[in-house]
Amino acid sequence: MAPTTPTKKFSILRFSRRLALQVAPLLALGSLTDCKKEEAPTAAASAAASAPEAATAAAPGALTVGFIYVGPKDDYGYNQAHHEGAVAVAKLPGVKIREEEKVPETLDVQKTMESMINLDGAKLVFPTSFGYFDPHILKVAEKYPDVTFLHCGGLYQEGKHPKNAGSYFGYIDEAEYVAGIVAGGTTKTNKLGFIAAKPIPQVLRNINSYTLGARSVNPKVETTVIFTGDWAMPVKEAEAANSLIDQGVDVLTAHVDSPKVVIETAEKRGIFSTGYHASQANLAPKGYLTGAEWNWEKVYTAYIEKVKKGEKPEHLVRGGFSAGFVKLSPYGAAVADPIKAKADEAKAGLTAGTLIVYAGPMKDNTGKEIIAAGTKHAQTDITLESMNYLVEGVKGKLN
Amino acid sequence: MAPSTELAAADGSKGTLPPAGSAAAIDWTRVGPKLEAFGIPLIALVLSLLLFGAFVVVAGHNPFDVYAEMYRGAFGTWFSFQNTLQRASPLMLTALCTALPARCGLIVIGGEGAFVIGGLAAAATGVALIGAPPLVVLIGMFIAGAIFGGLWIGGAGLLRVQRGVNETISSLLLTYIGIALLNHFVEGPLRDPESLNKPSTRHIGEANMVGAIPGFDVHWGLIVGALACIAAFVLMKRTVFGFGAAIVGGNPRAARLSGVKVGRTVVITCALAGAAAGIAGTFEVAAVHGRANASLVAGYGYAGILVSFLARHDGLAIIPVSLFLGGIAASGGLLQRVFSLPDATVAVLQGILFVVLIASDTLYGRVRWSSFKGAS
Repeated sequence: MAPTTPTKKFSILRFSRRLALQVAPLLALGSLTDCKKEEAPTAAASAAASAPEAATAAAPGALTVGFIYVGPKDDYGYNQAHHEGAVAVAKLPGVKIREEEKVPETLDVQKTMESMINLDGAKLVFPTSFGYFDPHILKVAEKYPDVTFLHCGGLYQEGKHPKNAGSYFGYIDEAEYVAGIVAGGTTKTNKLGFIAAKPIPQVLRNINSYTLGARSVNPKVETTVIFTGDWAMPVKEAEAANSLIDQGVDVLTAHVDSPKVVIETAEKRGIFSTGYHASQANLAPKGYLTGAEWNWEKVYTAYIEKVKKGEKPEHLVRGGFSAGFVKLSPYGAAVADPIKAKADEAKAGLTAGTLIVYAGPMKDNTGKEIIAAGTKHAQTDITLESMNYLVEGVKGKLN
Repeated sequence: MAPSTELAAADGSKGTLPPAGSAAAIDWTRVGPKLEAFGIPLIALVLSLLLFGAFVVVAGHNPFDVYAEMYRGAFGTWFSFQNTLQRASPLMLTALCTALPARCGLIVIGGEGAFVIGGLAAAATGVALIGAPPLVVLIGMFIAGAIFGGLWIGGAGLLRVQRGVNETISSLLLTYIGIALLNHFVEGPLRDPESLNKPSTRHIGEANMVGAIPGFDVHWGLIVGALACIAAFVLMKRTVFGFGAAIVGGNPRAARLSGVKVGRTVVITCALAGAAAGIAGTFEVAAVHGRANASLVAGYGYAGILVSFLARHDGLAIIPVSLFLGGIAASGGLLQRVFSLPDATVAVLQGILFVVLIASDTLYGRVRWSSFKGAS
């Protein structure tokens, strides 16, 4: 249609002035489309100009690494923790990173991975959201056997999943246990609040470890849990925070994609908080006690070193304090020295593997025995992966 | 169409075939509106791209570089083009969820809910039918997805007809109910006990999945979506039912007086609209995930609203508009990766497009084409 429009337009011009006046808008259109046509070669030229850039990216020795996030990379939470790892990777010599945020767990992420491989020349991809693995990474990994896919979540199964994929995860509940000690030692009302997304094993384990840590220093402590139902529900999270504070809770924490709203609400209401995923210390300079943080920098740089040496990364990597996968936010000003000492002691025990969090006898919050006396589940014990209870001292229900 | 043809016949009384190349023979009352239909969106498009270019300059980048990258990401390579096609396919179906009721004068924005419910129903049906031949499973899934999606928006239509409930509000609120139902079922009765940290239904089985179009890396949803758009165009522009729906949209009272069954027309149109979104949800389960879980809530239903409005609720126009927005989505990632622009950049472009195109609606009918005719 487009080419016919101008011919008609030019023939009209001969007719009358009035006609020409009425056609003025069309003329404007014509000149605009002309501009656009002129743009095309310029655009092509600039594409050509950017080509050498791409060539340098793919120069021998240079490695392009893609990072994919499900939310904003500055979310003070899950995605920021990964982004901080990516920033550390970008500082390594001979490595170039490409990041894409807010990619949903649909075909979109498959296309983003493929786009990074086809258009950016990525040889190593870190799709970081839990839901990216099945079916998305599995499908794309089969299609691109020369590219390595490393996923955060620990879902890799040897023999079942593609060889060029892998999975990593951290025992962050170790850090939650220590944060719980700090919270339990600091609370005045003996009431802690935990705002969580969904009652899934990963989340339950954090709630339980936090509570067990708190009760190890202060047996009177109770943790009240509110499940919001999804990973990013800022309005519900704020409502839950206010509701818990109204009930007398004086230390709040959260396991949602971004604890930002919860920490800010706690600070505004003048109570304490402990963080999760990344450091939220600068959101709550007064009340922030400490936090359970991922240390992906350590994991990612180790992976990259391996790939650069030409080695295949392990298929499944997991670790806690001892492997440096998780860390604590620096203690806030409100944490008393004796509490710091107790927390440091627990951290040393967890690092050495001498402190076992899930040791019997242990009851759930309905009084049922869940771990018999004498039974111990060490951190790597697979039974902890399907946790479906809240321990004694947690106020809340699973459904 | 009919009235303008008559006009043309009356006007071109001297001969049946106007001499080719003679501008004098152009019948402006016929050509004019067509020029508007193509020209006005084009002006709006170019204006939007200029505005977005200015935005990019403010963000500190060369707009020509940005557009070149966008072209590379959306259409520049075979991979990019397929990426665009793939992203366009759910939009075609979810756009119909807004476009069909719009013909009856209703603004339905609940495509997301019908999408999610359709996907959930399809997954439940697929799991229940495991063991049957793949074709039976798939047919069952698509029927279930279409019926439940249809009930969802059809319900909003019924509320409108029976109780006078505003369909915009009810369809939006039904979306929240749909998402809550999805979460309830995948975390409760339909949960696969093995889906520990990501509650999902059981998998429908690899054998029962919808594959890719031969020679493409795009699933069959694209073909079905395009066919559905064509069918919607035929239904709304070439049938008595569609004409009735248009009268309902123009003036329900006049429609009733002229014998159109207003209530029935509205409910059927809404149900068809919901069925389209339900089928989109079914494809998401049958071609992508193999199961229903929270990943179904990805905003395809909401994106469909934008597509429908940009296409001015025209079935045929939905196809190119979906491709266009699919292309923007496909290239959006490249903007982040190459220029480190935030994800919201694509939202800015979409927002500019939406506002400019809606505003350009006021340009229609400004030119008096009938006055062109006598000028020769």
